[in-house]
Amino acid sequence: MPARLDRVAGLERVNDFVVKFANVNGSGSASANRLFARAILRMGVPATPRNIFPSNIQGLPTWYQVRVSEAGHLGCRGGADLMVAMNPQTWDKDVAEIVPGGYLFYDSTKPLPASKFRGDIVVIGVPLTAICNSTYTDPRQRQLFKNIIYLGALSALLDIDAQVIEQLIGEQFQGKDKLIAPNVHALHLGRDHALAHLQCPIGLRVRRSDAVGDRVFIDGNSAAALGSVYGGATVAAWYPITPSSSLAEAFERYCRRYRTDKTTGEKRYAIIQAEDELASIGMVIGAAWNGARAFTATSGPGISLMQEFIGLAYFAEIPAVIFDVQRGGPSTGMPTRTQQADVLCCAYASHGDTKHVLLFPQDPAECFEFGAAAFDLADRLQTPIFVMLDLDIGMNERLCPAFAWDDSRRLDRGKVMTQEELEQGAEFGRYLDVDADGIPFRTYPGTHGARGAFFTRGTSKDRFARYSEEGAAYIDNMQRLLRKFETAKLLAPRPVRTDATGPAPIGAIYYGSTSPAMDEAVALLAERGVALDLLRIRAFPFHPDVGAFVAEHEQIFVVEQNRDGQLRMLLTVEEEIDPKKLTRILHYDGTPITARFIAEAIAEQALASNIVPLRKAVP
Amino acid sequence: MTYLPKPAIRHPALPVNALGLTRRDYEGSVSTLCAGCGHDSISAAIVHAAFELDLPPHRIAKLSGIGCSSKTPTYFLGKSHGFNSVHGRMPSVATGASLANRDLIYLGVSGDGDTASIGLGQFAHAMRRNVRMVYIVENNGVYGLTKGQFSATSDKGAKSKRGVTNNDEAIDLVGTALGLGASFVARGFSGDKTQLVPLIKAALQHRGAAFIDCVSPCVAFNNHPGSTKSFDFVREHNEAVNHLDFITPRTEITADYAPGAVEVVVQHDGSLLRLRKLAADYDVHDRVAAMAWLQQRQSAGEIVTGLLYVEPETVDLHGHLNTVGVPLNGLAEPELCPGSEALDRLNAGLR
Ligand SMILES: Cc1ncc(C[n+]2csc(CCOP(=O)(O)OP(=O)(O)O)c2C)c(N)n1
Ligand code: SF4
Ligand SMILES: [Mg+2]
Repeated sequence: MPARLDRVAGLERVNDFVVKFANVNGSGSASANRLFARAILRMGVPATPRNIFPSNIQGLPTWYQVRVSEAGHLGCRGGADLMVAMNPQTWDKDVAEIVPGGYLFYDSTKPLPASKFRGDIVVIGVPLTAICNSTYTDPRQRQLFKNIIYLGALSALLDIDAQVIEQLIGEQFQGKDKLIAPNVHALHLGRDHALAHLQCPIGLRVRRSDAVGDRVFIDGNSAAALGSVYGGATVAAWYPITPSSSLAEAFERYCRRYRTDKTTGEKRYAIIQAEDELASIGMVIGAAWNGARAFTATSGPGISLMQEFIGLAYFAEIPAVIFDVQRGGPSTGMPTRTQQADVLCCAYASHGDTKHVLLFPQDPAECFEFGAAAFDLADRLQTPIFVMLDLDIGMNERLCPAFAWDDSRRLDRGKVMTQEELEQGAEFGRYLDVDADGIPFRTYPGTHGARGAFFTRGTSKDRFARYSEEGAAYIDNMQRLLRKFETAKLLAPRPVRTDATGPAPIGAIYYGSTSPAMDEAVALLAERGVALDLLRIRAFPFHPDVGAFVAEHEQIFVVEQNRDGQLRMLLTVEEEIDPKKLTRILHYDGTPITARFIAEAIAEQALASNIVPLRKAVP
Repeated sequence: MTYLPKPAIRHPALPVNALGLTRRDYEGSVSTLCAGCGHDSISAAIVHAAFELDLPPHRIAKLSGIGCSSKTPTYFLGKSHGFNSVHGRMPSVATGASLANRDLIYLGVSGDGDTASIGLGQFAHAMRRNVRMVYIVENNGVYGLTKGQFSATSDKGAKSKRGVTNNDEAIDLVGTALGLGASFVARGFSGDKTQLVPLIKAALQHRGAAFIDCVSPCVAFNNHPGSTKSFDFVREHNEAVNHLDFITPRTEITADYAPGAVEVVVQHDGSLLRLRKLAADYDVHDRVAAMAWLQQRQSAGEIVTGLLYVEPETVDLHGHLNTVGVPLNGLAEPELCPGSEALDRLNAGLR
């Protein structure tokens, strides 16, 4: 087997291709792969990595897929232009995934039969194991440096600036300086081998650009945790569950940095790893009842366990922030795959008539923004606020606008009656709708010696928090809760509308992590003559803009990542929209939705029902 | 600064405490429990203890789960905030509340169903975390509110009023609490106020989780002959290891007992517990011995009561977390929000 088969003319693409690394979980590949993505970003070219990992610590297959797109497409594209096939277990599947004319990079130490390859791809072999074995004796070093060696070879093949990678290695091992030189050495082992034995660069190339700007690169869970720090959260209670654990862990990391007294070591926060999700939400509710800003982070199974408490917080009107980093359901489902399948379960969580406020961030920037805003909303509305991330946004690093904070911004603690107000004789009725917005005043325990104390309960009560099962008192209270929900419509983040350049009779509604794929799909559809107005929903209950958008269009596609069209159901139920007007575009196999999928599905349905005036395709 | 409650107009003969408040100022609304229910006596003991300790009622927060026992916080300390949460989950709510404001006193009230059945997990974790709170289980060995089903503390072999036999092992909550590392463990009896009031006082001053298992007969469903949670049975088999007088630092210690029969325990805040030993060789600081003693006496059919274990210098959850000395719920923007400059620096590290 020659090191490179030159029979096939490989793809020629600059700053626009997908590289997929097929690795074995626990082999230490993550850090080398991440260096690869960051090096491209440092060269000014947008790159979006996605981890595809199993529910396993060591041994099972894992993939890291990097989409390089100078045009700025951050969504998942599908297919691989270059496969870095480092896992013999998944070889056949990985090789099959390479697009015709694409490239296969592999460890050529052991010869493989010709039947293991394809005739329509370019095969690039580097004897990685042989290089490692001749350089290192320690088996762990052989394993770890193999990753850096392939990174070095790829840098030569794709024309990535080695100095950029060296600089990143220096930054990564800052403080552990003695690790820098061996890593740089390994990088050059691979790079020098490629330069000496292979034709470099190949058809896929990275060229310096300035398409990244001052954007930052971070995962949504960290961004949401940072938003919680800025939003003034002091109490966090959580129970480990993929894909939400890294949110709580990031909160701890940021709190250690920003909320720990430098001299005394005292903490201006409290984090409890609870015994289960019932306890974590209970702690959040107890803390918030007592005037602290508190949150929990969980995923579907945790949300299921929290139901009873969520109903209590709704009915007793206690603020709570719940980050739901959604994964594939139902039950344990696909713990390491992405979905938007908890929408209904959160919107109507708990028994009885309940409705909750949901926020749908599209990227880490909004995870930060909504993360902070959720605490204001929870205090203002005195109710649970769900921030609906998913695995795709939560656990993958993504390029997004740099975080910004206005130092004049104040925490909105909502309607809290103070000691002074009570002393001056202000009337206090815990469930009294004084401002006709459905939001009553509350007091924190311990505020005043004689006034303002009340009994918080999950049972029915009158306006003065006295236990009452009188029908009239119950209805009065339930109606006020509805008024409060109306108020929420205008307080929650407003939907974002993006219209086609010309008039479009069809529209698409989408939310959360679907965003980058949707943006790209619009461009693909435009090429096919399909014009589409877009509405990105950022919160439930729906802002009046949503109803208006639907009314303005003949047909609406609702694009979601779940089986049942959960947001569509909410639209039909809450906005009383004729279901026939809302066509489902559903992607729910656990992988992130792609632009190609959306464009295909919409084009097929739009053209079939002939509702789109076919405009001349863009040449 | 705190506003102290202004005493209501009162009968001039009613005694007042150091805050100028009468016992009435510590009461709640009228109980709706069955006449003779043990739980009402515990409410009265709580009123008594808080009054005598001169505690400002609004500095206490009452928390409970669901059950007849969990309803009682409405019947005492009417000027305190109260939280009737969900069945079996009072401990987590109390834990969160305590994290938010370390300056209030947290008084949790639960039942044996609420704690030993549905809430066993949360009870266990509140004990092992040493959340600073008083945790009283009003233990009647039965589900009162849902009309007489067995709870996890019903005796094995016990017959319900309806004639059904309980075949499951009973959970002994004091033994469980000791095993979980609780820093204050006591057992009282709702029918013995002279023993119970000092126990509650000591618990209110304890700087960690203070657990009191209080046998509290249910006159409607579990007070029949043969029930170990009946008034008669407890009176006959009550074996107190000690009698406790809670003494504030202001009170003088008068040695009117035989030497060796009284032990004075100095609490963290300087207040004193005077223990009149009834079982001469019982040591309230020896967890292992306490567990052994309990096992022995209980197998002999006795109900061991009194202060069973205490760790006066205990470190509570806040101590372990090393949280700031002031309540977290009082921190404002400057202490919480790192600001735009910090964010700019952070952004720079993310490129
Ligand atoms: C989740 C849930 N399940 C069941 C109930 C019904 N329930 C109310 S009180 C109770 C038992 C209470 O027993 P215990 O804690 O011993 O209190 P007691 O009434 O005996 O004082 C039950 C099962 C409930 N409120 N919530
Ligand atoms: S049912 Fe039992 S526990 Fe409930 S109030 Fe009556 S006596 Fe008390
Ligand atoms: Mg009971």
